[in-house]
Amino acid sequence: MNGLLQQDVNKETFTINLGPQHPATHGVLRVKLVMDGEYIVEAEPVLGYIHRMHEKMGENRTWAKFLPNCGRMDYLSAMSYNHGYVAAVERAAAIEVPERAEYLRVITVEMNRISSHLLWFGAFVLDLGGFTPLLYAFDDRELILDLLESVTGSRLTYCYFRFGGVYNDIDDAFIAGTREFIKRQRKRMPMYDALVTKNIILIKRLKEIGHISKDMAIRYGATGPVARGSGINYDVRKNEPYSVYPEFDFDVPVYEEGDSMARYMVRMDEIEQSMRIIEQALDKLPEGEIKPKKAIKLVKPEKGDYYHAVEAARGSFGVRLVSDGKNQAYRLKLRSPTYSNLSLYGEATKGMLLPDALALMGSLDLVIPEIDR
Amino acid sequence: MLLAKIKEALSSLYENIQETEETPDADAAAAVEAEDTAVASAAEEVQAEETAPEQEESKPEEVAEPEEPAPPPGPKETDYKAKGYHLDVDLPPEKLPEAAEILLREDFFIESITGVDWIDDEQLEAVYDFNHFDELCRVVLRTRTDRENPAIPTISHIYQGANWHERETHDFFGIKFIDHPNLEPLLLPEDADFHPLLKDFKA
Repeated sequence: MNGLLQQDVNKETFTINLGPQHPATHGVLRVKLVMDGEYIVEAEPVLGYIHRMHEKMGENRTWAKFLPNCGRMDYLSAMSYNHGYVAAVERAAAIEVPERAEYLRVITVEMNRISSHLLWFGAFVLDLGGFTPLLYAFDDRELILDLLESVTGSRLTYCYFRFGGVYNDIDDAFIAGTREFIKRQRKRMPMYDALVTKNIILIKRLKEIGHISKDMAIRYGATGPVARGSGINYDVRKNEPYSVYPEFDFDVPVYEEGDSMARYMVRMDEIEQSMRIIEQALDKLPEGEIKPKKAIKLVKPEKGDYYHAVEAARGSFGVRLVSDGKNQAYRLKLRSPTYSNLSLYGEATKGMLLPDALALMGSLDLVIPEIDR
Repeated sequence: MLLAKIKEALSSLYENIQETEETPDADAAAAVEAEDTAVASAAEEVQAEETAPEQEESKPEEVAEPEEPAPPPGPKETDYKAKGYHLDVDLPPEKLPEAAEILLREDFFIESITGVDWIDDEQLEAVYDFNHFDELCRVVLRTRTDRENPAIPTISHIYQGANWHERETHDFFGIKFIDHPNLEPLLLPEDADFHPLLKDFKA
């Protein structure tokens, strides 16, 4: 462990720094820990090491020019962030989206969600000391990145959505490749189940450890798999339907236990649900336009404020716009899910063993650029 | 169902305000009056265009009249499809903790807190977003404070998640949250003495 070590003689506690450069923090997150031996007395995350002030950037460029910024916050589920932003602007400016474009959005967002969960799966088990699953997960994820690259032109920081549609149509090779991927992935999941989920070492590290209660989720505003692992049946796709999600049949995995294992199980189950959505979307994919005939360059929403939330891989991503009727935002607030999810870390880790707190941190699925924005 | 319930609960916050400032009847009268003056001033505008230009000097005053903000009469239901939220609650700053307690009692969770710099009005607005896990109901609390000396009571003792959101809002706008346990910079450097989301901030 790096950082300073301070001894407080009277209290017999000492302070250590976890990070800002530490493999378990997945980026530059620093946690100030007051320790009593191996037990945590107080944990305080210190943020802002890669804060870039995206919200100010939103105020000094046109609506359209902010699009590339969206993919640079949560670089693992960039597609959801694109979706949240364009949907908010479309709501504010009352822009219609062709049905085929909405289908393409759902397909790409869900593929991105699978790739995000796969990376989390590999990295999480790596945090716990298992190296091999990371390689398996990256193997699968690579196929998704290749498929998405063929449509969007990028592998990570996508900027695929436009106001009123998407910028490129999918081809037969993409559809065939996606179906092939799903077929392959369905065979891989039982292997992960046998290799990792039923592994006694993993169970011992996660089960009944790192408890987050429903009450805590309410007071801190935790959403996504963190909330669903605490018995809260909340998914923006179901509770606040947007895009064409109501047309698909899928379940929201909910686990009551509230421990690290429950959050692990939620994400593993979500991979299958996302595949179900993609399959249905490919089956039902309507013909038609994918964007407005004339590209929308000038967006002038009416004065007022607007809110739109989407279900990103890590929870509810919300965009709050304030427009003064110009071609750029007066105020652009980005509500990122892990910011709220991490804020409960101090309360949740009180009295916990340090290695368990690291497992809890992994189960929150942190992406630091999205917290700092 | 939930919307009606929370609307009624939040309406109770306005009782004192209405007693001291205006009765609901007077409110309605004021609204009618505002409508009348709007029509009248529109007519006058047409007249002003037709008649001599010296009348234009008196025009701005008359046009401004109907825009004068009426005292907040209570929670307003909004068009969810167009706006993305259900209930818009404009409150004086000192009523915020009470409103947060009401929302927590109904199991609302906190989405975010943010600010808006209304530099032309010399005011800062703080916006609080709440939502419910079981039934979709987005509630927006908003309050305004003086731009020179912005201060709003904290709700971080009610919603612990507000702690970070308030610190962020303090970072970006300089709004002081009274009785906040630790209003140190969170996203900005620890020695930051600037507030980048103020409209007059220049890097």
